Amino acid sequence: MRPQDREEVAVGSESVGRPASAHGQVGSLALQAEPEGPLGSPEAVVASPEDLALVYEAGVEPEARSQWAYARIRFFRHKLAVVSLFVLIGLGLVAAFAKQIAPYGFDELDLFNTTASPTLEGKHLFGTDLLGRDYLSRVLFGMRTSLWVALFVAFLSTAIGTSIGALAGYYGGVIDNLLMRFTDLVLTLPGFAVLLTAAAFFGTSSPLKVAVILALLFWTAIARIVRGVFLSLREKEYIEAAKASGAGDMRIILRHMLPNSLGPIIVNTTLVVALAILTEAALSFLGFGIQPPNPSLGSLIQQGQGEGTRLWWLVTFPGLTIVAIALAINFVGDGLRDALDPTQRRVRA
Amino acid sequence: MPDPILSIRDLTVEFETEDGVVQAVTDVTYDLQPGEVLGVVGESGSGKSVSMLSVLGLSPSARIPKGEAIFKGEDLLKLSQKRLREIRGGPMAMIFQDPMTSLNPVLTVGDQIAEAVLTHNLGTSDDDARKRTVELLEVVGVPYAERRVDQHPHEFSGGMRQRAMIAMAIANNPSVLVADEPTTALDVTIQAQIVEVLKAAREETHAAIVLITHDLGLIAELADRVVVMYAGRVVELSDVYTIFNAPRHPYTVGLMNSLARLDAEQEWLEPIPGQPPSMIAPPPGCAFHPRCSFSHGRLVCRTDIPGLRQIGEGAAHHSRCHFAEELEEAHVVAGAAAEEAR
Amino acid sequence: MLAFIIRRLLYSTVVLVLASFLVFTFVTYSGDPLAALRIAPNVSQLTVKNVIERKHLDDPIPKRYLYWVQDAVTNQFGSTLLDNRPILPELWRVMKNTLQLVIAAQLLVIIFAVLIGVYSAIRQYSPFDYTATGFSFLGLSTPVFWLALMVQVIVVQIFEHTGHRLFPIANLSDVDPGTGLHFWIDRAHHLVLPVFVLMVAGIAGYSRYMRAAMLEVINSDYVRTARAKGLPERRVMMKHALRNALIPLVTLVALDFGAILSGAVITETVFSLDGMGLYFYNALLVNDPYPVMAWLMITAVMIVVFNLIADIAYGLLDPRVRLD
Repeated sequence: MRPQDREEVAVGSESVGRPASAHGQVGSLALQAEPEGPLGSPEAVVASPEDLALVYEAGVEPEARSQWAYARIRFFRHKLAVVSLFVLIGLGLVAAFAKQIAPYGFDELDLFNTTASPTLEGKHLFGTDLLGRDYLSRVLFGMRTSLWVALFVAFLSTAIGTSIGALAGYYGGVIDNLLMRFTDLVLTLPGFAVLLTAAAFFGTSSPLKVAVILALLFWTAIARIVRGVFLSLREKEYIEAAKASGAGDMRIILRHMLPNSLGPIIVNTTLVVALAILTEAALSFLGFGIQPPNPSLGSLIQQGQGEGTRLWWLVTFPGLTIVAIALAINFVGDGLRDALDPTQRRVRA
Repeated sequence: MPDPILSIRDLTVEFETEDGVVQAVTDVTYDLQPGEVLGVVGESGSGKSVSMLSVLGLSPSARIPKGEAIFKGEDLLKLSQKRLREIRGGPMAMIFQDPMTSLNPVLTVGDQIAEAVLTHNLGTSDDDARKRTVELLEVVGVPYAERRVDQHPHEFSGGMRQRAMIAMAIANNPSVLVADEPTTALDVTIQAQIVEVLKAAREETHAAIVLITHDLGLIAELADRVVVMYAGRVVELSDVYTIFNAPRHPYTVGLMNSLARLDAEQEWLEPIPGQPPSMIAPPPGCAFHPRCSFSHGRLVCRTDIPGLRQIGEGAAHHSRCHFAEELEEAHVVAGAAAEEAR
Repeated sequence: MLAFIIRRLLYSTVVLVLASFLVFTFVTYSGDPLAALRIAPNVSQLTVKNVIERKHLDDPIPKRYLYWVQDAVTNQFGSTLLDNRPILPELWRVMKNTLQLVIAAQLLVIIFAVLIGVYSAIRQYSPFDYTATGFSFLGLSTPVFWLALMVQVIVVQIFEHTGHRLFPIANLSDVDPGTGLHFWIDRAHHLVLPVFVLMVAGIAGYSRYMRAAMLEVINSDYVRTARAKGLPERRVMMKHALRNALIPLVTLVALDFGAILSGAVITETVFSLDGMGLYFYNALLVNDPYPVMAWLMITAVMIVVFNLIADIAYGLLDPRVRLD
């Protein structure tokens, strides 16, 4: 005799939930329901149509949303991160269209108007430098270069780091050992100093070269993270299932393991952009980064250094731009971390 | 009937979260008699742990808009922090679920137990505290106690860690011992041992025990009376035999029916269908109605929250169901139904 | 423990040797260090030839590497390319100055970061917490060199407007600093601004870390147990929470050492401090690989030592960790 009789009673326009099929849930030996705590389960894995019919008047939604939708919701709760995101988008657009937006060219001399402090006339909002070049324009172009170099660095270092970390974490054993020893080797040397050395000896004739050199500095952290995630994922059952059904290594890595590591990867990449901007600026300031005449915020500061105390805008504005960009990126990165790593749930006391 | 040693009345606890206000516990009322074992049963999220944690002030983000918890004449919810601290770990002590994370990994086990002794008995010498610690470890059955005292928690096995936690709790001869899921994190074979330790602890201290768990087997073995909680409310309250053999609330009935039995043939296990409710926006009326096999869609179940009513004669049995009396005829015991099936 | 140390030292030595070879290779491979010499008008062919001979610049790279190793181990890391000055004595001299700067800064960073981080955690979401977090983000987003410049600018501006010279903005010491106590007071005076600049980024990073570590610990089960025992809150925080939260910080600080030394390059350049960083920078400017190699290898050795100290410290502080 089948145990439960199913009854459905519809009263008016409401329907009362039907008890789900007896196989819907494990017996009460495991009375511990999924550990959802007092909030119920917004991510309820509801499979059968009977379960879907279980509707409360208010509260639990019967449909599962994707992980990314929830991450998006969580991200938008962080007002600071959202504002920063818009600021960044704005700055990015300005940088992309610098040619159109900047009131003057990057190298446009105006020898009648040198060393003017910031003023509204002639649209020299950031003043002019020793050769009469409009500083606002110079900062805009500098920002453009610094931004794209930083983005390139972030993506390249993420690509390198993820590949190495994935291989090490997935294959384990000898490959892991080898790759980790190699990482150790890189880490034994003082990063920034080696960076300077590479820049000094290999030359930084183009911003691209600078970007590549920088990328070789930043990949180790992401490699470690990805390796860690992969090592822990290796043991999971669905990986074994995928292998059992004949999936090749590449397929497993790309389809199963990589998507699960995306959270930390995204957070880390974001933060690397900020670090890259700061590091490139330092490099350029010391003269080993992006060389003039290529614009860069760091070299602008270096050039303005001599008269920095008198012509304060030469040093201040490029620096503030760097701070603004890095700050916005850090806030966004923080918001992303909260959105993609919900294990730290804040209960407002 | 002697005075209850702990008396909880209309306790209501809320939490504010990013998603809204969670009503974790609502109007919870029960008494604890001296020396008895009171089982508190429920699913995760039923509020069974939260109620006791809030009473002891161990839930810092909890808001307690109403209720009282009278312990030996004092309302715990209104006490100063100082006075509450004198009670915690002393006359009223607590054992937690996961002994691995509940013990400080960098301090020795002996240090942590001695701490309990020293905090409530100022002026005790370190030597005496150590002696007492060894004694306590022996009471709870930790072998080589003299040596073990100087070891760290990671050098203890799971079962022994729990024993150490129990030793810590009974260090000051409490009148009330709250055990929050004491066996959940342990292997089944170890669980049986811990039950023995709890019995020994009870022998030693004559404390009343609040046994919070979802493990009905544990309840059957240890409890004198049982409180059943669902969605933050008490839904049934009676002595253990009645709860198991003559439950009068559909949820309790469902629990009993879902047990796997050794003494009867069962074709299927009978779980309670559905999911526990959202505690931010619980269903209107009786919180259990969406999953209830006895409601039959009746309107009152969906609109009115049932009160906790006395069932039958005597004040011993209470149930929060509009139709509790119907259950007398309709209730199904897995064994009886299995009989019919054959 | 001893076995662990020995094994680690052996392993590190191998790594260091490999690293030194790699670095030497690309440093000597890229660019011709004599380029400047060759085109300089008043340098004779003979001089150039001498340098080539002295530094074995005609030999293949692996052979040159071995010469370098020989120099490094037996001959004070050899001498500079062009003017043949011995490297080690000078490097050692400037290293002491840098260590003064860096150690002073780091100690202050640790003290402040712990205080700020712990208090932020205990009073989470308070105005103090939000302010501290805000400043942390700011500190982490500010380039060190720019901050150094701004600090100089501000001090000069104050001097120009009030005639009050707050702190020296350059150099390690005055022209005639005196001896004994006077010398050290003068040195401290000169180091205030550089130390401050170094502290900003350090405190920004570490205080966030301490806050996170402390929060995790405060919300842990064993802190709840401590409270359940009736311990006073102060005791719970100090004996149970802080103790556990500090452990990873120790290793973090030790592991950060390499980055700190590298970063000194920037600060010393801006403040014209006669330290390792400036020494390294100058060597890079003239593309002289020998001091560069010496600097890198000595720093790498220090990094290895500090990593080892970090691991040992962790093993001592956390009884769960066994070093073997």
